[in-house]
Amino acid sequence: MPAEGAAARAAAVAAAARRRRRLETALPWLVMTGLFLAWEIGCRAFAVPAFLLPAPSAIAESALKWWRPLLQDGLQTLFTTAVGFGLAIVAGLLLGVAIGSSALVYRGLYPLLIGFNSIPKVAVVPVLVIWFGTGSLPAIITAFLISFFPIVVNVATGIATVEPELRDVLRALGARPLDIIRKVGLPRAMPYFFASLKIAITVAFVGSIIAESVAPNAGIGRLMMVASSRFDVPLVFAGLILTGVMGVAMYWVAEALERRVTGWATRGQQGGVAEAPGG
Amino acid sequence: MAPRPGFVRPDFMRPDFVRLDGVAMRYGEGADGTLALSGTTLRVAEGEFVAVVGPSGCGKSTLMRLVTGLWPVTEGVVTVDGAPVSGPLSIAGMAFQNPTLLPWRRLLENVMLPLEVVEPHRRRLRRERAAYEAEARELLALVGLAGFEGRHPWELSGGMQQRASLCRALIHRPRLLMLDEPFGALDVFTREDLWAVLQALWLARRPTVILVTHDLREAAFLADRVLVMSARPGRIIAEHAVPFARPRRMADTYDAGFVDLVHALRDHVSAARRDEEAVPDAG
Repeated sequence: MPAEGAAARAAAVAAAARRRRRLETALPWLVMTGLFLAWEIGCRAFAVPAFLLPAPSAIAESALKWWRPLLQDGLQTLFTTAVGFGLAIVAGLLLGVAIGSSALVYRGLYPLLIGFNSIPKVAVVPVLVIWFGTGSLPAIITAFLISFFPIVVNVATGIATVEPELRDVLRALGARPLDIIRKVGLPRAMPYFFASLKIAITVAFVGSIIAESVAPNAGIGRLMMVASSRFDVPLVFAGLILTGVMGVAMYWVAEALERRVTGWATRGQQGGVAEAPGG
Repeated sequence: MAPRPGFVRPDFMRPDFVRLDGVAMRYGEGADGTLALSGTTLRVAEGEFVAVVGPSGCGKSTLMRLVTGLWPVTEGVVTVDGAPVSGPLSIAGMAFQNPTLLPWRRLLENVMLPLEVVEPHRRRLRRERAAYEAEARELLALVGLAGFEGRHPWELSGGMQQRASLCRALIHRPRLLMLDEPFGALDVFTREDLWAVLQALWLARRPTVILVTHDLREAAFLADRVLVMSARPGRIIAEHAVPFARPRRMADTYDAGFVDLVHALRDHVSAARRDEEAVPDAG
């Protein structure tokens, strides 16, 4: 029966697609579990001392023992990172729009930006501490400084690459430069913007933790400095893993936002070309 | 503004709507700049459909941007509707070879984009959204895109995107429609479909149209008058009135008169290209 055969084939294809989707959601967890298992087995098999490389079980034990400072410092780092990152988004968008839409601003500011971004932020932290003391401010500023550059570059690229014909269509209609930025430039820059957010959020954590390690006051950075000075390597690793987890969580937030805002740019799986007149 | 289809007013009644007098356009500074147009003079009557053909690189697209006021002329005067052009002209609609629809907007929103920019629609849009939307739907239906208003451009084929691009060019009821090789990237069958679509749009709305094209059959099928441009620096070297009655049908393109016209146009363009080869850096 050809009809039955076709139906069976369609069902098989659908089942394969479902299996694939299930695998896709499970895969990150499988890979992570695998990694930790291999790590654990390796540590035990070669009897690696805990002060060189603690096994995941030792790290978990330490994390349970020190959960209160971990939570406190984790929240502190999350706070400074989020504030610095938020500022970077605002400043990055504004500066990116300015640079992307004006050749003059581009020529004037770009060399300065590149130069500034090449400065190692570790070297800036002591200066920040002299200026602002050892509170949360140096960490916030470092997170900001390190994460706003990728946002600027990406937003500027998105705005600067608006098709000239489209610009002509709008200009011929009497559109003001601000109209073109609002109607075309900004929406067009959104995929670039979100791509940069994913980079920026991860480096923002780096910024915060650098500041907390150089000028230990609070946060995961300080926790790890204190722990390593006591040779409590499992706790150092617990701090590292907590940072990684927070980074992934923030990344997910950025990705979820991205899917809502720029679904049009990642349209791979949605239906094909519509059938209609005009070929 | 709704003349009967097929009705063409006698020439003496039609004032010039678009005039170019001794227009020159030079890119770049001073004498090393490229001279794209030189001594170009042409007249287009209101409601007329004019096609401009010529060898590639002859400054046809430059012509488009001068008439719409996107670029200033180097020499001469461009006049539209009795006033010299000094800046962008919002009585003009434009469409290009690339449909340039915005991928994040649905088709209806794409077509309505000019209304968000052009006065006085821009001020009225919020209050009279329903009326404007009805008009956009009507326009889409006219080009055969009824039912696709909610689709995104990337769900549509190239020909459908170009139809929508024509609608976008017409939504603010421009008196002047500037088309720069709008069907250049389409396959032959789709292109011929769209000739009929464009003719229907023109007969329904009667804007003044200046169509820049490489396709001589397209020019002959659509235009009231075909202008031939020389190689760079471009100027008008020949002009052919197209006498065939409207609405024209695809079958008409096999008539002896039509074929002769296309041959005549081809001879002009070939001659212009030969001139270019003889004098490699004319200008």
